[in-house]
Amino acid sequence: MAVRSDLRTFKNAAWLGWQMEANWTDPFLFVIYSIIKPIAGTLILVFMYLVITSGATNTLFFSYMYVGNAFYMYVADVLFGVTWVIHDDREHYMTLKQVYIAPISFYMYIFGRAAIRIAITSMGVFLTLLFGVLVLGVDINLAAVDWPLLALALVLGLACLCIMGLALGGISFLTAKHGQGINEGVAGVFYVLAGVIFPITILPGWAQTVSRLLPVTYWMEAVRRGLEPAVMAGLPGSTGLQSLSNLQLMLALLVSTVAFLFISLGIFKYADKVARRKGKIDWTTTY
Amino acid sequence: MEPAVETKKLTRVFNPKKKKEGASVRALNSVDLKIEKGELFGLLGPNGAGKTTLLKILSTLLLPTSGKAYVSGLDVEKDYVEVRKRINMVSGGEISGYGLLTVRENLWMFSQFYGIKSSIALERIDDMLGKFGMLDKKSEKVRTLSTGQRQKMNVIRGFVTDPQILFLDEPTLGLDVNASRTIRDFILDWVRKSERDKTVLLTTHYMAEADQLCDRVAIIDDGRILACDSPENLKKLVKSETTLRLDVTTMKDQRVLGTIPGVEKFTSTDDLENNITSLRFVLGDESAISDIVSGVAKGGSKILALRKTEPTLEDVFIKLVGKGFE
Repeated sequence: MAVRSDLRTFKNAAWLGWQMEANWTDPFLFVIYSIIKPIAGTLILVFMYLVITSGATNTLFFSYMYVGNAFYMYVADVLFGVTWVIHDDREHYMTLKQVYIAPISFYMYIFGRAAIRIAITSMGVFLTLLFGVLVLGVDINLAAVDWPLLALALVLGLACLCIMGLALGGISFLTAKHGQGINEGVAGVFYVLAGVIFPITILPGWAQTVSRLLPVTYWMEAVRRGLEPAVMAGLPGSTGLQSLSNLQLMLALLVSTVAFLFISLGIFKYADKVARRKGKIDWTTTY
Repeated sequence: MEPAVETKKLTRVFNPKKKKEGASVRALNSVDLKIEKGELFGLLGPNGAGKTTLLKILSTLLLPTSGKAYVSGLDVEKDYVEVRKRINMVSGGEISGYGLLTVRENLWMFSQFYGIKSSIALERIDDMLGKFGMLDKKSEKVRTLSTGQRQKMNVIRGFVTDPQILFLDEPTLGLDVNASRTIRDFILDWVRKSERDKTVLLTTHYMAEADQLCDRVAIIDDGRILACDSPENLKKLVKSETTLRLDVTTMKDQRVLGTIPGVEKFTSTDDLENNITSLRFVLGDESAISDIVSGVAKGGSKILALRKTEPTLEDVFIKLVGKGFE
């Protein structure tokens, strides 16, 4: 019964999410925006790289950076998307209290809304990778892709991002609408510490220790090993996780994800209780 | 049978973030309340009396500072998951809604959160939109609705899930006369048709609304329940006399009317120019009214106008609080 209710909540939240994400403009503009936004975002980094390396895009490191940056879109979009659900429902549509007192699992509501974010972001990631391969010569050979590893890493990694988003969603109960900086800050920390555009070995020792506690670090490594095994094998220098086998890497991702699951649930439940105690569920920001 | 709603010494204190923002506010102060299943119960009080705070606690949006609150015998603090299956809440002046969805989609989506079969939900939505005069708006985006239309949509949202207990916080606030009447009639009809299965807790600061709708009314001010009874019994707290005024065609022998049992005072004034006699009775017993009407007819006069003045809930409030609503 509870499972059926949860599935129904997930489905309805996803439907709502799709209506919100896709219906803000006409379909043609939506498609154009969905194509241009991720590619344009990636090109900023590409141009910076080209300026620094005097136009070298045929290096292994370029492929390493490009793929990491493409998959980082998930980190930014899912974390932002989940917290935005709380703010948007509460501050803009003023529907949060109505959803909150409904007999549903609020987790499933958040995950349902996040699922649509993931779907839309997936299109952006795919287009970015396609652009990279076709235009910039990013080294992805479909015949060499380790599909099982890539699939498993994607499932686990995206679940992990949703779980981390849950904690930020809980914190959003307590923050005003300008609290969006929190998820941008957290996403920024991952950008620097999780080996997104450079190996974590570049970081100072203490920062590398923090990196190894973050599931996103293992996720980035696993995704790259699955999608571009040749690049990872030939990369000069260490990524910091090369000593781990694929199995060990996935185990590290799993363990850190489970650890974050407990941390996130704890934060969400605590924030939920504080929000109910302080009367912030139906609170809108006033100045 | 367990009450639909019960509170025991329910207290809610709001503390300011900083000391310089002022003192703590005791929004609810040891409130004891019992609402039976099937009642249409009114909570009447001025702005800031604590009405909304009480509803927020009962609808699991807010935690009490101390005391207990139960809905269908369930503790709102501990058993909130079960409480939510039995309730819904609508706030007056509520203009919320997903602007990108149509009215029908918006209502349908919330019905799905309550596990209502889609076909039943859509049928119910169309029926209610019709009753609220909004059927022509069902395919329009919520963002295009006027404030009043959004408010009506939210009232429908509360009923469409068919809750056991519905909390209505000032449901007619800011609406025009017709829309307010539609909502009041709908509420009354919904409760009466349920054969004591549905309960409504309604907050209002409209005296007439509470008087017209509610089986019982609690008067709340400054976080305290000052009185709780049926509107009729509450009015009895104000021992003002009932006054009956009649304008009749000129009546020759009026003295007999003053001897009718139950009439405490009787005065009359003749307006010979217009051929009208004005009669004024102060009644100790309202059953004397029919005898007065018979007496006027026997005296050969016709009644042109009849007006009875009674104490109102406002009189009760003034008596209890020492001031009227602002």
